[in-house]
Amino acid sequence: MNFDTSPIARTKRIERLLDAFYSAKPEIEAARAELLTESYKTTESMPEVERKSRAFEHILAGIPIIIRDDELIVGSTTLQMRGCQTYPEFSYEWLEAEFDTVATRLADPFNIKDDTKKRLKEANKYWKNKTTSELATAYMDPRALRAINHNLFTPGNYFYNGIGHLTVKYWEVLCTGLEGIIKRAEDGIASLCVGKEDACKRRIFYEAVIRSCKAVINYAHRYADLAEKMAGSASGERRSELLKIAEVCRNVPEKPAKSFYEACQSFWFVQQLLQIESSGHSISPGRFDQYMYPYYKKDLDAGIVTRESAQELLDCIWIKLNDLNKCRDAASAEGFAGYSLFQNLIVSGQDKNGRDVTNDLSSMCIEASMHTGLPMPSLSIRVWNGTPHEIMVKAVELTRTGIGLPAYYNDEVIIPALMNRGIPLEEAREYNIIGCVEPQVPGKTDGWHDAAFFNMLRPLELTFTNGYEDGELVTLETGDVTKMTSFEEVYEAYKKQMTTSIALMVNAINAIDYAHAQRSPLPFESCLIDGCFEKGLCVEEGGAIYNFSGPQGFGIANVADALFAVKKLVFEQKKYTMADFKQAMADNFGKGLTALDAEHMVKAVCANLKVDGKPITPEVVRTVYESVVASKKLSPDRIKFYEQMLEDIEALPKYGNDIDEVDYFARDVAYTYTKPLETFKNPRGGIFQAGLYPVSANVPLGKQAGATPDGRLSGQPIADGIGPAQGRDKLGPTAAANSTAKIDHMIASNGTLYNQKFHPSALVGAKGIDNFITYLRTYFSRKGMHVQFNVVSRETLLDAQKNPDKYKTLVVRVAGYSALFTTLSRSLQDDIISRTTQANTF
Amino acid sequence: MRQTGRIFDIQRYSIHDGPGIRTIVFLKGCVLRCRWCCNPESQEYDIQEMVVAGKKKIIGRDVTVAEVMEEVMKDGDYYRNSGGGLTLSGGECLCQPDFAAALLRAAKENGISTAIESAATLPYENIEKLLPYLDTYLMDIKHMDPVKHEQFTGKRNDRILENAMKVAKSGTHLIIRVPVIPTFNNTPEDIDKIARFAASLPGVEEIHLLPYHRLGQDKYTGLGRDYALDGIEPMSREYMLSLLEVAKRSGLRCQIGG
Repeated sequence: MNFDTSPIARTKRIERLLDAFYSAKPEIEAARAELLTESYKTTESMPEVERKSRAFEHILAGIPIIIRDDELIVGSTTLQMRGCQTYPEFSYEWLEAEFDTVATRLADPFNIKDDTKKRLKEANKYWKNKTTSELATAYMDPRALRAINHNLFTPGNYFYNGIGHLTVKYWEVLCTGLEGIIKRAEDGIASLCVGKEDACKRRIFYEAVIRSCKAVINYAHRYADLAEKMAGSASGERRSELLKIAEVCRNVPEKPAKSFYEACQSFWFVQQLLQIESSGHSISPGRFDQYMYPYYKKDLDAGIVTRESAQELLDCIWIKLNDLNKCRDAASAEGFAGYSLFQNLIVSGQDKNGRDVTNDLSSMCIEASMHTGLPMPSLSIRVWNGTPHEIMVKAVELTRTGIGLPAYYNDEVIIPALMNRGIPLEEAREYNIIGCVEPQVPGKTDGWHDAAFFNMLRPLELTFTNGYEDGELVTLETGDVTKMTSFEEVYEAYKKQMTTSIALMVNAINAIDYAHAQRSPLPFESCLIDGCFEKGLCVEEGGAIYNFSGPQGFGIANVADALFAVKKLVFEQKKYTMADFKQAMADNFGKGLTALDAEHMVKAVCANLKVDGKPITPEVVRTVYESVVASKKLSPDRIKFYEQMLEDIEALPKYGNDIDEVDYFARDVAYTYTKPLETFKNPRGGIFQAGLYPVSANVPLGKQAGATPDGRLSGQPIADGIGPAQGRDKLGPTAAANSTAKIDHMIASNGTLYNQKFHPSALVGAKGIDNFITYLRTYFSRKGMHVQFNVVSRETLLDAQKNPDKYKTLVVRVAGYSALFTTLSRSLQDDIISRTTQANTF
Repeated sequence: MRQTGRIFDIQRYSIHDGPGIRTIVFLKGCVLRCRWCCNPESQEYDIQEMVVAGKKKIIGRDVTVAEVMEEVMKDGDYYRNSGGGLTLSGGECLCQPDFAAALLRAAKENGISTAIESAATLPYENIEKLLPYLDTYLMDIKHMDPVKHEQFTGKRNDRILENAMKVAKSGTHLIIRVPVIPTFNNTPEDIDKIARFAASLPGVEEIHLLPYHRLGQDKYTGLGRDYALDGIEPMSREYMLSLLEVAKRSGLRCQIGG
């Protein structure tokens, strides 16, 4: 074994930094929005790329800077720890509308001072009719907009924010410094043929790159100055630390990193400033243990660092990754709950020649997550048939802490999945993960992962209503289900509803894509992605080598169980009719109307009245509402009928119990999303590819879906990831994993997500760890793509709900990422608790 | 493979009952009536009704070896990768010796490891039927005093102790397990005696102390029975560790839990 996994002690400094972290309350600051707006007001005649670079320059020259106590790695986006800036160029109305609730909302609250509100309001005025979200809306087909209003899919992520979701060439900055990149841009300008058709655009791009890189260098120098100034009034050890910080910031990221310390600082400036340039999340450090290793090894051999001092620097970076924050709109905050920025950092795996490259830093990255116990980075590990057992043990020791990290990824599935998308073997072997679970080639890809949530239950509902909702046609007419005479007919109708819904989603996503190309080309990010220099284009304009759009479908388990129930109970056992199912869905199986159901019914009646030329007044709406509610008072016989129906549904085989018939049906259901999707193209010259995961949106988007034939009631959460529906897997972790592995993961090249909860007793001792590793490897040998674990007892979670103060530091796996449990909304907390605990008591 | 028997549960991903990842098949019917038994629905051979979470549930079903093996082998690769396999539990699997032997034989034919959890209360002929296909025998020794044994389990322990010696001499890998029950066998003297006996068995190297728990209590209510140990609290971890120290004096490898 050529690497060391032995533990390293956590230093006092890290403990103090963590204390400061936990006592900080997230707060919104206004400086970036003000500086951005100031700059934009003076650049209206210029090309968009140039405007972006000038605004970036202005922001980095003027934004307040701070070196926090005990920091060794510096660069803070906000004065307050865990604070956030705003990004009105993408969207701002939602924040103004939520000014008074953002501090008290359940999911991810942020404090905001009255003065900040005033300053933001003033800056935001400028952005009316100028945001990417407004332009995207203008590009969208009215039918796509209508489908969004009907919650078929949710493209809110890039609709309202920057894109992020990439891994830039950190290694190039470490190796050549930004001066190397500036040199490349200068060479680009020098070699321009003025008469060439794209020469004018190229010149603007290269100039914007130079300006942006210089802005970053200047920002680093501001930190050097500040550190020197602070050193003047400091004493003892802190004084020499500050002088060292000054020296480091004077050198990097402008010049190549000379030491491990400089490499760490250079990495950090890039990571931080990409997130000031745009509000995109999931800007992922990728294979950090690989590109940092040469600097570590050199310094270790030369006696410049020890394992301990290098570990402390890593721990400092880990805390900085959690210092960054982002305020999302209330709805998105529920979908991405837990203040997460999804900065995915992955260790181990193979090099381009297929050799295992686990090293000391792989283990020290795991150690850093043990030391900090924080959700960031979203730590991941690549596992393949040749992964050394020792690093697996180290990883499981972290899993055992209950922090939900690391996430485990299977090279044996992901490499061929990427090759199936046209990526050469050597590049596919270098893959890393973006955000939650999305694989891609670092430094070369604009993956547009996370492009939208696609709720697979909605087309199922529309199958039962012939494409109509609230009195209007949302998708297309696929026929009256009550007249259908075979299951094949029903399934065919569902597939048509899916294909139409997917096309509508693609339209919406591409509209947003065009808007970003036009209003948000990002030169700093782009100069660190291969392809952009060659094409003279920003990433947003199609500059990257590989371009994808990856919206994620979810709800496979529910749809599979639902259609399976229809197949068995209507067409095989003939216990119920299609009309029974249709009515049961409308009546929520006799369990009472939800607000959602009532709203749909009232809207439908009102739409009919409107067609008849009747005026719709508040009185009319009230009368309609009352009659709808009255009409839904069910007879005791009817309620009994539904109870029996639910029991009969319950008794059927369910996905998640290793039963081939239903599991392979679920595989086919997944194809209804993954296969049609990959036939579509995006404006950047790439294709669409499916992800199968909901992040945490299975809870809020479950609220938007009515009752479904699997017995799921209206508004209830949808199944998490590609795993079984909540509480329906009854045969333990191997059965659930076997079922999950029967879905075709290889085609879902934008990632699949499998959450598994384990009771701590299953991981006790060396034997527990060994069995757990075998479990994981066997799931992977069956071609599972990803798995992550919550190892925390139900009792602990229930107690944490009751006593949140006691559990401020309790981190759990939400979905592709980890979050502080007590910061999650109550309903998401309940969802996590209700996921089957795979316990082995005695 | 067409041999039938009566089981009441199959539990996958069991990691506390023999090496590696295992599946436990619970056979129905037992000759003992241990007061603390956490599977009271296992005791009667007859198929019964039990109320589980407010609903009546039928406990027990007759199945063929082939049916059981189809379920068991769904995790075949987990066993092979971890050195795990099939564990028969109960009830007392020796009550259905031909069925149990056929299951173990089928498991060996599939190349997976085999184990039984058994109290060895039946004639040695029953045990002998299983031995050719058995890798690990997890044998309960609950008490060294025949009277106390009878008082808490319904039967004396003479045959158990004889069988333990015979199994040990047969060369089968034997692990001794002790359910540690307050008011019954949780004094240091009790544990010491059992551990010494275990150490006297040729080839035995390991003893497991299984701490009393109450997780079976609701099942008694579900069966309409009284729970004889009502009000008895589980022991503290510290106390269990002190018993572990006592057991270690025998020179055996000792652990808490399976």
